[in-house]
Amino acid sequence: MKCESCGVAEATIHVKEVKNDAISELHLCEKCAREKGYHSMVEKGKLSIASQLVWMAENLYPEGPARMGTVQCSECGLRYSEFLKTGRLGCASCYRDFAVQLKQILRRVHGSVRHVGKAPGKEGQQFERRRQIQALHEELERAVEREEYEKAAELRDRIRAMEAEGAAEEHPPEEAHVSGGEREDSLDA
Amino acid sequence: MTRSERLQVSDMLATDGKWFSGEGPQADAVLSTRVRLARNLRGIRFPGRALAEELSAVMHRAENAAVGVRELTDRTLVPMTSLGVLERQFLLERHLISYDLASSEGQGGLIFSLDEGVGVMINEEDHVRIQALKPGFQLDECYQAANQIDDQLEASMEWAFSDEFGYLTACPTNVGTGLRASVLLHLPALVLTKKIKKVLSGVTQVGLAVRGFYGEGTDVLGNFFQISNQITLGEKEAQALLNLERVIRQLLEYEEKARGVLLKDAREQIEDKVMRAMGVLSHAHLLSSEEAIGLASAIRLGITLGMEDLPAIGVLNEVLLYSQPAHLQLMADREMNTAERNAYRAGFIRSRLAGTAAA
Repeated sequence: MKCESCGVAEATIHVKEVKNDAISELHLCEKCAREKGYHSMVEKGKLSIASQLVWMAENLYPEGPARMGTVQCSECGLRYSEFLKTGRLGCASCYRDFAVQLKQILRRVHGSVRHVGKAPGKEGQQFERRRQIQALHEELERAVEREEYEKAAELRDRIRAMEAEGAAEEHPPEEAHVSGGEREDSLDA
Repeated sequence: MTRSERLQVSDMLATDGKWFSGEGPQADAVLSTRVRLARNLRGIRFPGRALAEELSAVMHRAENAAVGVRELTDRTLVPMTSLGVLERQFLLERHLISYDLASSEGQGGLIFSLDEGVGVMINEEDHVRIQALKPGFQLDECYQAANQIDDQLEASMEWAFSDEFGYLTACPTNVGTGLRASVLLHLPALVLTKKIKKVLSGVTQVGLAVRGFYGEGTDVLGNFFQISNQITLGEKEAQALLNLERVIRQLLEYEEKARGVLLKDAREQIEDKVMRAMGVLSHAHLLSSEEAIGLASAIRLGITLGMEDLPAIGVLNEVLLYSQPAHLQLMADREMNTAERNAYRAGFIRSRLAGTAAA
Protein backbone atom coordinates (compact mmCIF):
# COMPACT_ATOMS: atom_id res chain seq x y z
CA MET A 1 0.00 0.00 0.00
CA LYS A 2 1.26 3.47 -0.91
CA CYS A 3 1.32 6.38 1.51
CA GLU A 4 -1.94 8.32 1.37
CA SER A 5 -0.12 11.61 1.83
CA CYS A 6 2.80 11.56 -0.63
CA GLY A 7 1.57 8.63 -2.73
CA VAL A 8 5.15 7.54 -3.35
CA ALA A 9 6.60 5.69 -0.43
CA GLU A 10 5.23 2.47 1.06
CA ALA A 11 2.78 3.10 3.92
CA THR A 12 4.18 1.58 7.11
CA ILE A 13 2.31 3.57 9.73
CA HIS A 14 -1.37 2.82 10.06
CA VAL A 15 -3.34 5.26 12.12
CA LYS A 16 -6.85 4.71 13.43
CA GLU A 17 -8.57 7.77 14.79
CA VAL A 18 -11.73 7.88 16.84
CA LYS A 19 -13.52 11.18 16.82
CA ASN A 20 -17.16 11.66 17.74
CA ASP A 21 -17.62 7.90 17.64
CA ALA A 22 -16.54 7.74 13.96
CA ILE A 23 -13.43 5.78 13.12
CA SER A 24 -11.18 6.98 10.34
CA GLU A 25 -8.07 5.24 9.03
CA LEU A 26 -4.90 6.76 7.70
CA HIS A 27 -1.98 4.95 6.03
CA LEU A 28 1.30 6.86 5.92
CA CYS A 29 4.97 6.40 5.21
CA GLU A 30 7.39 7.12 8.03
CA LYS A 31 8.36 10.51 6.68
CA CYS A 32 4.81 11.79 6.27
CA ALA A 33 3.78 10.29 9.62
CA ARG A 34 6.58 12.22 11.25
CA GLU A 35 5.55 15.41 9.48
CA LYS A 36 1.96 14.97 10.63
CA GLY A 37 3.09 14.74 14.24
CA TYR A 38 2.88 10.99 14.75
CA HIS A 39 6.60 10.79 15.46
CA SER A 40 6.32 9.03 18.78
CA MET A 41 4.42 6.26 17.00
CA VAL A 42 7.12 5.99 14.41
CA GLU A 43 9.67 5.56 17.15
CA LYS A 44 7.78 2.96 19.06
CA GLY A 45 6.86 1.22 15.84
CA LYS A 46 5.20 -1.82 17.27
CA LEU A 47 2.53 -0.18 19.38
CA SER A 48 -0.83 -1.84 19.65
CA ILE A 49 -3.89 -0.17 18.19
CA ALA A 50 -5.21 0.45 21.69
CA SER A 51 -2.14 2.32 22.81
CA GLN A 52 -2.09 4.30 19.55
CA LEU A 53 -5.62 5.40 20.27
CA VAL A 54 -4.60 6.39 23.75
CA TRP A 55 -1.64 8.31 22.41
CA MET A 56 -3.77 10.18 19.93
CA ALA A 57 -6.55 10.94 22.34
CA GLU A 58 -3.95 12.49 24.60
CA ASN A 59 -1.99 14.36 21.99
CA LEU A 60 -4.56 15.29 19.38
CA TYR A 61 -7.60 15.83 21.59
CA PRO A 62 -6.23 17.41 24.74
CA GLU A 63 -9.76 18.41 25.73
CA GLY A 64 -10.24 14.75 26.67
CA PRO A 65 -12.50 12.03 25.41
CA ALA A 66 -16.06 13.18 24.94
CA ARG A 67 -17.52 9.92 26.18
CA MET A 68 -15.71 9.90 29.48
CA GLY A 69 -17.60 7.98 32.12
CA THR A 70 -19.36 5.57 29.81
CA VAL A 71 -16.31 3.47 29.05
CA GLN A 72 -16.28 0.01 30.55
CA CYS A 73 -13.31 -2.24 31.35
CA SER A 74 -13.24 -5.10 28.86
CA GLU A 75 -11.88 -7.46 31.48
CA CYS A 76 -13.76 -6.90 34.75
CA GLY A 77 -16.71 -4.88 33.44
CA LEU A 78 -16.14 -1.92 35.76
CA ARG A 79 -17.66 1.26 34.38
CA TYR A 80 -15.57 4.39 34.49
CA SER A 81 -18.47 6.16 36.21
CA GLU A 82 -18.27 3.56 39.02
CA PHE A 83 -14.58 4.26 39.39
CA LEU A 84 -15.31 7.96 39.70
CA LYS A 85 -17.67 7.18 42.58
CA THR A 86 -15.46 4.75 44.51
CA GLY A 87 -11.97 5.82 43.44
CA ARG A 88 -11.08 2.13 43.11
CA LEU A 89 -10.28 0.28 39.90
CA GLY A 90 -11.45 -3.27 39.34
CA CYS A 91 -8.45 -5.03 37.83
CA ALA A 92 -5.09 -4.56 36.15
CA SER A 93 -6.77 -4.19 32.74
CA CYS A 94 -8.65 -1.09 33.92
CA TYR A 95 -5.30 0.70 33.65
CA ARG A 96 -5.16 -0.22 29.96
CA ASP A 97 -8.80 0.42 29.12
CA PHE A 98 -9.12 3.66 31.08
CA ALA A 99 -5.60 4.83 30.26
CA VAL A 100 -6.72 8.07 28.63
CA GLN A 101 -8.75 9.28 31.59
CA LEU A 102 -6.39 7.84 34.17
CA LYS A 103 -3.42 9.65 32.71
CA GLN A 104 -5.13 12.95 33.40
CA ILE A 105 -5.73 11.90 36.98
CA LEU A 106 -2.22 10.49 37.42
CA ARG A 107 -0.65 13.64 36.07
CA ARG A 108 -2.62 15.69 38.56
CA VAL A 109 -1.93 13.40 41.53
CA HIS A 110 1.67 12.40 40.86
CA GLY A 111 2.84 14.96 38.33
CA SER A 112 3.85 12.08 36.10
CA VAL A 113 2.38 9.28 34.01
CA ARG A 114 5.38 6.97 33.85
CA HIS A 115 6.84 4.55 36.38
CA VAL A 116 10.57 4.80 37.00
CA GLY A 117 10.99 2.70 40.15
CA LYS A 118 11.43 -0.95 40.96
CA ALA A 119 10.22 -3.69 38.64
CA PRO A 120 9.62 -7.35 39.54
CA GLY A 121 12.82 -9.44 39.30
CA LYS A 122 11.91 -11.54 36.31
CA GLU A 123 10.60 -8.54 34.46
CA GLY A 124 13.03 -6.11 36.00
CA GLN A 125 15.83 -6.89 33.56
CA GLN A 126 13.52 -6.84 30.57
CA PHE A 127 12.00 -3.61 31.79
CA GLU A 128 15.46 -2.09 32.10
CA ARG A 129 16.37 -3.30 28.60
CA ARG A 130 13.26 -1.75 27.11
CA ARG A 131 14.17 1.48 28.86
CA GLN A 132 17.66 1.34 27.34
CA ILE A 133 16.31 0.56 23.88
CA GLN A 134 14.03 3.56 24.16
CA ALA A 135 17.02 5.74 25.08
CA LEU A 136 19.03 4.37 22.13
CA HIS A 137 16.14 5.16 19.80
CA GLU A 138 16.24 8.76 20.98
CA GLU A 139 20.00 8.87 20.50
CA LEU A 140 19.57 7.40 17.03
CA GLU A 141 17.14 10.10 16.08
CA ARG A 142 19.52 12.79 17.22
CA ALA A 143 22.35 11.15 15.25
CA VAL A 144 20.19 11.13 12.11
CA GLU A 145 19.30 14.78 12.62
CA ARG A 146 22.97 15.65 12.85
CA GLU A 147 23.64 13.46 9.80
CA GLU A 148 26.07 11.29 11.75
CA TYR A 149 25.23 8.24 9.70
CA GLU A 150 28.06 6.04 10.90
CA LYS A 151 27.03 6.54 14.49
CA ALA A 152 23.40 6.03 13.50
CA ALA A 153 24.21 2.71 11.86
CA GLU A 154 26.08 1.61 14.93
CA LEU A 155 23.19 2.61 17.16
CA ARG A 156 20.74 0.79 14.90
CA ASP A 157 22.83 -2.38 15.18
CA ARG A 158 22.91 -2.09 18.95
CA ILE A 159 19.16 -1.59 19.08
CA ARG A 160 18.61 -4.62 16.85
CA ALA A 161 20.92 -6.75 18.95
CA MET A 162 19.21 -5.70 22.17
CA GLU A 163 15.79 -6.25 20.70
CA ALA A 164 16.75 -9.73 19.50
CA GLU A 165 18.16 -10.53 22.92
CA GLY A 166 14.99 -9.24 24.55
CA ALA A 167 12.73 -11.18 22.19
CA ALA A 168 14.65 -14.37 22.90
CA GLU A 169 14.26 -13.94 26.65
CA GLU A 170 10.72 -12.71 26.71
CA HIS A 171 9.45 -15.29 24.21
CA PRO A 172 11.86 -18.22 24.34
CA PRO A 173 11.50 -20.51 21.31
CA GLU A 174 9.35 -23.48 22.23
CA GLU A 175 11.77 -25.84 20.51
CA ALA A 176 14.25 -25.27 23.26
CA HIS A 177 11.93 -26.99 25.73
CA VAL A 178 11.12 -30.00 23.54
CA SER A 179 13.42 -32.85 24.30
CA GLY A 180 12.03 -35.58 22.08
CA GLY A 181 12.69 -33.69 18.85
CA GLU A 182 9.25 -34.57 17.46
CA ARG A 183 8.81 -31.12 16.07
CA GLU A 184 9.34 -30.61 12.37
CA ASP A 185 10.66 -27.10 12.72
CA SER A 186 13.66 -28.20 14.76
CA LEU A 187 16.63 -25.93 15.18
CA ASP A 188 18.57 -27.91 12.57
CA ALA A 189 16.05 -27.25 9.81
CA MET B 1 8.47 -21.82 64.22
CA THR B 2 5.34 -20.38 65.71
CA ARG B 3 2.25 -20.88 63.64
CA SER B 4 -1.19 -20.11 64.71
CA GLU B 5 -4.60 -19.73 63.17
CA ARG B 6 -5.88 -18.15 66.36
CA LEU B 7 -4.78 -14.82 67.57
CA GLN B 8 -2.91 -15.36 70.84
CA VAL B 9 -3.84 -12.05 72.41
CA SER B 10 -2.23 -12.88 75.74
CA ASP B 11 1.10 -13.49 73.96
CA MET B 12 0.69 -10.25 72.06
CA LEU B 13 -0.01 -8.25 75.18
CA ALA B 14 3.45 -9.13 76.50
CA THR B 15 5.73 -6.26 75.63
CA ASP B 16 9.11 -8.03 75.60
CA GLY B 17 10.92 -7.99 72.29
CA LYS B 18 8.31 -5.86 70.56
CA TRP B 19 9.26 -3.08 68.22
CA PHE B 20 7.82 -0.36 70.45
CA SER B 21 9.73 -1.33 73.59
CA GLY B 22 13.03 -0.52 71.92
CA GLU B 23 14.22 3.00 71.40
CA GLY B 24 15.22 3.78 67.84
CA PRO B 25 17.12 6.79 66.48
CA GLN B 26 15.60 10.07 67.61
CA ALA B 27 12.95 8.17 69.53
CA ASP B 28 12.18 11.23 71.65
CA ALA B 29 10.57 13.06 68.72
CA VAL B 30 9.86 10.16 66.33
CA LEU B 31 7.55 7.45 67.64
CA SER B 32 7.75 5.14 64.69
CA THR B 33 8.52 4.80 61.02
CA ARG B 34 6.41 2.70 58.72
CA VAL B 35 6.78 1.63 55.10
CA ARG B 36 4.24 -0.30 53.11
CA LEU B 37 4.29 -1.70 49.58
CA ALA B 38 1.04 -2.35 47.71
CA ARG B 39 1.00 -5.33 45.34
CA ASN B 40 -1.60 -7.26 43.38
CA LEU B 41 -1.49 -10.66 41.76
CA ARG B 42 -1.50 -10.80 38.00
CA GLY B 43 -4.66 -12.18 36.44
CA ILE B 44 -6.91 -11.76 39.49
CA ARG B 45 -9.30 -8.86 39.92
CA PHE B 46 -8.54 -6.43 42.73
CA PRO B 47 -10.19 -7.39 46.06
CA GLY B 48 -13.05 -4.91 45.73
CA ARG B 49 -14.22 -6.63 42.56
CA ALA B 50 -13.04 -10.21 43.01
CA LEU B 51 -15.22 -13.23 43.76
CA ALA B 52 -15.01 -14.93 47.16
CA GLU B 53 -13.21 -17.94 45.67
CA GLU B 54 -10.63 -15.67 44.00
CA LEU B 55 -9.98 -13.98 47.32
CA SER B 56 -9.57 -17.24 49.15
CA ALA B 57 -7.13 -18.32 46.42
CA VAL B 58 -5.15 -15.14 47.08
CA MET B 59 -5.13 -16.00 50.81
CA HIS B 60 -3.76 -19.47 50.13
CA ARG B 61 -1.10 -18.21 47.77
CA ALA B 62 0.03 -15.55 50.22
CA GLU B 63 0.08 -18.10 53.03
CA ASN B 64 2.25 -20.45 50.97
CA ALA B 65 4.51 -17.66 49.74
CA ALA B 66 5.11 -16.49 53.32
CA VAL B 67 6.70 -19.87 54.14
CA GLY B 68 9.82 -18.85 52.24
CA VAL B 69 10.15 -15.41 53.76
CA ARG B 70 13.01 -15.06 56.28
CA GLU B 71 11.47 -12.13 58.13
CA LEU B 72 8.32 -14.18 58.66
CA THR B 73 9.94 -17.35 59.99
CA ASP B 74 8.11 -16.88 63.28
CA ARG B 75 4.76 -15.79 62.09
CA THR B 76 1.10 -15.77 62.89
CA LEU B 77 -1.56 -16.04 60.22
CA VAL B 78 -4.95 -14.64 61.09
CA PRO B 79 -7.95 -14.82 58.78
CA MET B 80 -10.19 -11.84 59.53
CA THR B 81 -13.21 -14.14 59.65
CA SER B 82 -11.75 -15.78 62.75
CA LEU B 83 -11.71 -12.52 64.68
CA GLY B 84 -14.30 -10.78 66.79
CA VAL B 85 -14.87 -7.03 66.82
CA LEU B 86 -12.58 -6.49 69.80
CA GLU B 87 -9.67 -8.46 68.34
CA ARG B 88 -9.93 -6.56 65.07
CA GLN B 89 -9.93 -3.29 66.95
CA PHE B 90 -6.89 -4.51 68.88
CA LEU B 91 -4.90 -5.19 65.70
CA LEU B 92 -5.94 -1.78 64.37
CA GLU B 93 -4.75 -0.06 67.55
CA ARG B 94 -1.56 -2.02 67.22
CA HIS B 95 -1.02 -0.54 63.69
CA LEU B 96 -0.95 -4.08 62.26
CA ILE B 97 -4.06 -3.69 60.13
CA SER B 98 -5.87 -0.77 58.54
CA TYR B 99 -9.34 0.46 59.31
CA ASP B 100 -10.52 -0.99 55.98
CA LEU B 101 -9.28 -4.46 56.81
CA ALA B 102 -10.59 -4.26 60.38
CA SER B 103 -14.08 -3.51 59.11
CA SER B 104 -14.04 -5.82 56.10
CA GLU B 105 -16.46 -8.73 56.01
CA GLY B 106 -14.66 -10.56 53.23
CA GLN B 107 -11.73 -12.91 52.92
CA GLY B 108 -9.08 -10.67 54.40
CA GLY B 109 -6.16 -11.74 56.51
CA LEU B 110 -2.96 -10.80 58.23
CA ILE B 111 0.41 -12.49 58.49
CA PHE B 112 2.82 -10.92 60.96
CA SER B 113 6.13 -11.57 62.66
CA LEU B 114 6.56 -12.36 66.35
CA ASP B 115 8.00 -8.92 67.15
CA GLU B 116 5.17 -7.33 65.10
CA GLY B 117 7.82 -5.44 63.14
CA VAL B 118 6.72 -6.76 59.74
CA GLY B 119 3.38 -7.88 58.42
CA VAL B 120 1.45 -8.65 55.28
CA MET B 121 -2.17 -7.60 54.94
CA ILE B 122 -4.08 -9.78 52.51
CA ASN B 123 -7.11 -8.70 50.51
CA GLU B 124 -7.33 -5.25 51.92
CA GLU B 125 -7.76 -2.69 49.13
CA ASP B 126 -5.01 -4.55 47.27
CA HIS B 127 -4.26 -8.29 47.33
CA VAL B 128 -1.10 -7.80 49.31
CA ARG B 129 0.24 -4.98 51.44
CA ILE B 130 3.66 -5.54 52.88
CA GLN B 131 4.44 -3.48 55.98
CA ALA B 132 7.49 -2.80 58.07
CA LEU B 133 7.30 -0.87 61.32
CA LYS B 134 10.25 0.31 63.39
CA PRO B 135 10.74 2.55 66.41
CA GLY B 136 12.25 5.98 65.90
CA PHE B 137 13.41 7.42 62.61
CA GLN B 138 14.39 4.49 60.35
CA LEU B 139 13.13 5.10 56.84
CA ASP B 140 15.80 3.16 54.95
CA GLU B 141 15.71 0.25 57.37
CA CYS B 142 11.94 -0.02 57.01
CA TYR B 143 12.10 0.14 53.24
CA GLN B 144 14.83 -2.50 53.12
CA ALA B 145 12.75 -4.83 55.28
CA ALA B 146 9.60 -4.37 53.19
CA ASN B 147 11.54 -4.57 49.94
CA GLN B 148 13.23 -7.81 50.95
CA ILE B 149 9.89 -9.36 51.80
CA ASP B 150 8.63 -8.22 48.39
CA ASP B 151 11.61 -9.88 46.68
CA GLN B 152 10.98 -13.13 48.51
CA LEU B 153 7.21 -13.16 47.94
CA GLU B 154 7.85 -12.48 44.28
CA ALA B 155 9.46 -15.91 43.94
CA SER B 156 5.99 -17.42 44.05
CA MET B 157 3.67 -14.47 43.45
CA GLU B 158 3.53 -12.88 40.02
CA TRP B 159 2.65 -9.23 40.52
CA ALA B 160 0.45 -7.16 38.24
CA PHE B 161 2.93 -4.75 36.68
CA SER B 162 3.11 -2.60 33.59
CA ASP B 163 6.14 -0.88 32.10
CA GLU B 164 4.20 2.31 31.89
CA PHE B 165 2.43 2.48 35.25
CA GLY B 166 4.55 0.17 37.40
CA TYR B 167 2.89 -1.92 40.11
CA LEU B 168 -0.84 -1.76 39.47
CA THR B 169 -3.01 -0.95 42.49
CA ALA B 170 -6.73 -0.62 43.12
CA CYS B 171 -6.37 3.08 43.80
CA PRO B 172 -4.44 5.21 41.29
CA THR B 173 -2.95 7.17 44.19
CA ASN B 174 -0.73 4.16 44.95
CA VAL B 175 0.18 3.04 41.44
CA GLY B 176 3.84 2.93 40.40
CA THR B 177 6.03 2.05 43.33
CA GLY B 178 3.10 1.19 45.61
CA LEU B 179 5.26 2.74 48.31
CA ARG B 180 3.88 4.68 51.24
CA ALA B 181 6.39 5.70 53.87
CA SER B 182 5.16 7.45 56.97
CA VAL B 183 6.78 8.85 60.05
CA LEU B 184 4.91 9.49 63.30
CA LEU B 185 6.29 12.65 64.88
CA HIS B 186 5.75 14.25 68.25
CA LEU B 187 6.02 18.03 67.85
CA PRO B 188 4.76 19.64 71.08
CA ALA B 189 7.18 22.58 71.08
CA LEU B 190 6.07 23.70 67.62
CA VAL B 191 2.46 23.47 68.79
CA LEU B 192 3.12 25.43 72.00
CA THR B 193 5.03 28.15 70.17
CA LYS B 194 2.18 28.30 67.62
CA LYS B 195 4.49 27.65 64.69
CA ILE B 196 3.00 24.31 63.75
CA LYS B 197 0.42 25.54 61.24
CA LYS B 198 2.94 27.42 59.19
CA VAL B 199 5.47 24.59 59.28
CA LEU B 200 2.94 21.95 58.27
CA SER B 201 1.51 23.99 55.43
CA GLY B 202 5.03 24.00 54.00
CA VAL B 203 5.05 20.19 54.27
CA THR B 204 1.87 19.79 52.26
CA GLN B 205 3.20 22.11 49.60
CA VAL B 206 6.06 19.75 48.77
CA GLY B 207 3.71 16.86 48.05
CA LEU B 208 3.65 15.20 51.46
CA ALA B 209 0.56 14.42 53.52
CA VAL B 210 -0.04 15.24 57.19
CA ARG B 211 -2.40 13.15 59.26
CA GLY B 212 -3.27 12.40 62.87
CA PHE B 213 -2.23 9.54 65.16
CA TYR B 214 -4.22 6.77 63.54
CA GLY B 215 -3.59 7.66 59.92
CA GLU B 216 -5.99 8.66 57.21
CA GLY B 217 -8.89 10.83 58.26
CA THR B 218 -8.05 10.96 61.94
CA ASP B 219 -7.64 13.95 64.24
CA VAL B 220 -4.43 15.25 65.60
CA LEU B 221 -4.19 14.10 69.22
CA GLY B 222 -1.42 14.73 71.71
CA ASN B 223 0.68 16.73 69.23
CA PHE B 224 1.35 13.60 67.17
CA PHE B 225 1.61 14.10 63.43
CA GLN B 226 1.98 11.49 60.75
CA ILE B 227 3.88 12.68 57.69
CA SER B 228 3.91 10.54 54.54
CA ASN B 229 4.79 10.65 50.86
CA GLN B 230 1.97 10.88 48.33
CA ILE B 231 3.77 10.56 45.02
CA THR B 232 4.23 6.98 43.84
CA LEU B 233 4.57 7.49 40.10
CA GLY B 234 7.47 9.06 38.20
CA GLU B 235 9.77 9.01 41.20
CA LYS B 236 12.09 6.20 42.27
CA GLU B 237 11.66 4.66 45.71
CA ALA B 238 15.00 6.03 46.89
CA GLN B 239 14.04 9.54 45.79
CA ALA B 240 10.67 9.41 47.54
CA LEU B 241 12.37 8.26 50.74
CA LEU B 242 15.03 10.94 50.44
CA ASN B 243 12.46 13.70 49.95
CA LEU B 244 10.54 12.55 52.99
CA GLU B 245 13.70 12.21 55.05
CA ARG B 246 14.83 15.74 54.20
CA VAL B 247 11.52 17.24 55.24
CA ILE B 248 11.39 15.22 58.48
CA ARG B 249 14.95 16.31 59.35
CA GLN B 250 13.93 19.89 58.83
CA LEU B 251 10.83 19.48 60.99
CA LEU B 252 12.96 17.97 63.74
CA GLU B 253 15.30 20.92 63.49
CA TYR B 254 12.40 23.37 63.80
CA GLU B 255 11.09 21.40 66.77
CA GLU B 256 14.51 21.57 68.40
CA LYS B 257 14.63 25.33 67.91
CA ALA B 258 11.14 25.70 69.35
CA ARG B 259 12.25 23.69 72.39
CA GLY B 260 15.08 26.17 72.84
CA VAL B 261 12.60 29.04 72.74
CA LEU B 262 10.40 27.36 75.35
CA LEU B 263 13.33 26.76 77.67
CA LYS B 264 14.50 30.32 77.30
CA ASP B 265 11.17 32.11 77.57
CA ALA B 266 8.93 29.85 79.61
CA ARG B 267 10.98 27.27 81.51
CA GLU B 268 8.96 27.50 84.72
CA GLN B 269 5.58 27.28 83.03
CA ILE B 270 6.71 24.29 80.95
CA GLU B 271 8.19 22.47 83.92
CA ASP B 272 5.01 23.09 85.83
CA LYS B 273 2.92 21.76 82.95
CA VAL B 274 5.03 18.62 82.67
CA MET B 275 5.02 17.84 86.39
CA ARG B 276 1.28 18.49 86.69
CA ALA B 277 0.76 16.06 83.81
CA MET B 278 2.96 13.56 85.63
CA GLY B 279 0.93 14.04 88.81
CA VAL B 280 -2.44 13.55 87.11
CA LEU B 281 -1.33 10.59 85.02
CA SER B 282 0.21 8.86 88.04
CA HIS B 283 -2.66 9.44 90.45
CA ALA B 284 -5.94 9.96 88.60
CA HIS B 285 -8.70 7.40 89.02
CA LEU B 286 -10.57 8.23 85.84
CA LEU B 287 -8.87 9.02 82.55
CA SER B 288 -10.38 9.39 79.10
CA SER B 289 -8.33 8.29 76.15
CA GLU B 290 -7.93 11.86 74.98
CA GLU B 291 -6.78 13.10 78.37
CA ALA B 292 -4.27 10.28 78.76
CA ILE B 293 -2.76 10.98 75.34
CA GLY B 294 -2.53 14.70 76.12
CA LEU B 295 -0.82 14.09 79.47
CA ALA B 296 1.59 11.55 78.00
CA SER B 297 2.43 14.12 75.33
CA ALA B 298 3.33 16.71 77.98
CA ILE B 299 5.59 14.22 79.77
CA ARG B 300 7.34 13.35 76.50
CA LEU B 301 8.01 17.03 76.05
CA GLY B 302 9.58 17.11 79.52
CA ILE B 303 11.85 14.21 78.56
CA THR B 304 13.02 15.95 75.39
CA LEU B 305 13.72 19.10 77.39
CA GLY B 306 16.04 17.08 79.61
CA MET B 307 13.87 17.20 82.73
CA GLU B 308 14.68 14.57 85.33
CA ASP B 309 12.63 12.00 87.26
CA LEU B 310 10.39 11.18 84.33
CA PRO B 311 9.57 7.71 82.99
CA ALA B 312 11.45 6.33 79.97
CA ILE B 313 10.15 6.95 76.44
CA GLY B 314 9.46 3.23 76.07
CA VAL B 315 7.11 3.31 79.08
CA LEU B 316 5.23 6.24 77.59
CA ASN B 317 4.94 4.42 74.26
CA GLU B 318 3.41 1.54 76.12
CA VAL B 319 1.02 3.83 77.97
CA LEU B 320 -0.11 5.31 74.65
CA LEU B 321 -0.57 1.95 72.97
CA TYR B 322 -2.12 0.01 75.84
CA SER B 323 -4.55 2.65 77.04
CA GLN B 324 -6.55 2.33 73.83
CA PRO B 325 -10.05 0.82 74.17
CA ALA B 326 -9.52 -2.68 72.74
CA HIS B 327 -6.20 -3.10 74.54
CA LEU B 328 -7.85 -2.27 77.86
CA GLN B 329 -10.72 -4.65 77.30
CA LEU B 330 -8.47 -7.50 76.26
CA MET B 331 -6.19 -6.90 79.25
CA ALA B 332 -9.24 -6.93 81.51
CA ASP B 333 -10.62 -9.89 79.59
CA ARG B 334 -14.12 -8.40 79.53
CA GLU B 335 -16.14 -5.88 77.57
CA MET B 336 -16.30 -2.44 79.14
CA ASN B 337 -18.26 0.71 78.43
CA THR B 338 -16.61 4.11 78.26
CA ALA B 339 -16.94 4.86 81.99
CA GLU B 340 -15.56 1.46 82.97
CA ARG B 341 -12.70 1.91 80.52
CA ASN B 342 -11.82 5.30 81.97
CA ALA B 343 -11.45 3.74 85.41
CA TYR B 344 -9.51 0.73 84.12
CA ARG B 345 -7.25 2.96 82.00
CA ALA B 346 -6.36 5.13 84.99
CA GLY B 347 -5.62 2.03 87.04
CA PHE B 348 -3.42 0.53 84.34
CA ILE B 349 -1.43 3.74 83.89
CA ARG B 350 -1.06 4.21 87.67
CA SER B 351 0.43 0.79 88.06
CA ARG B 352 2.58 1.13 84.95
CA LEU B 353 4.07 4.41 86.15
CA ALA B 354 4.45 3.37 89.77
CA GLY B 355 8.11 3.17 90.62
CA THR B 356 9.28 4.28 87.17
CA ALA B 357 9.85 7.87 88.26
CA ALA B 358 9.02 10.45 90.84
CA ALA B 359 5.38 9.44 90.80
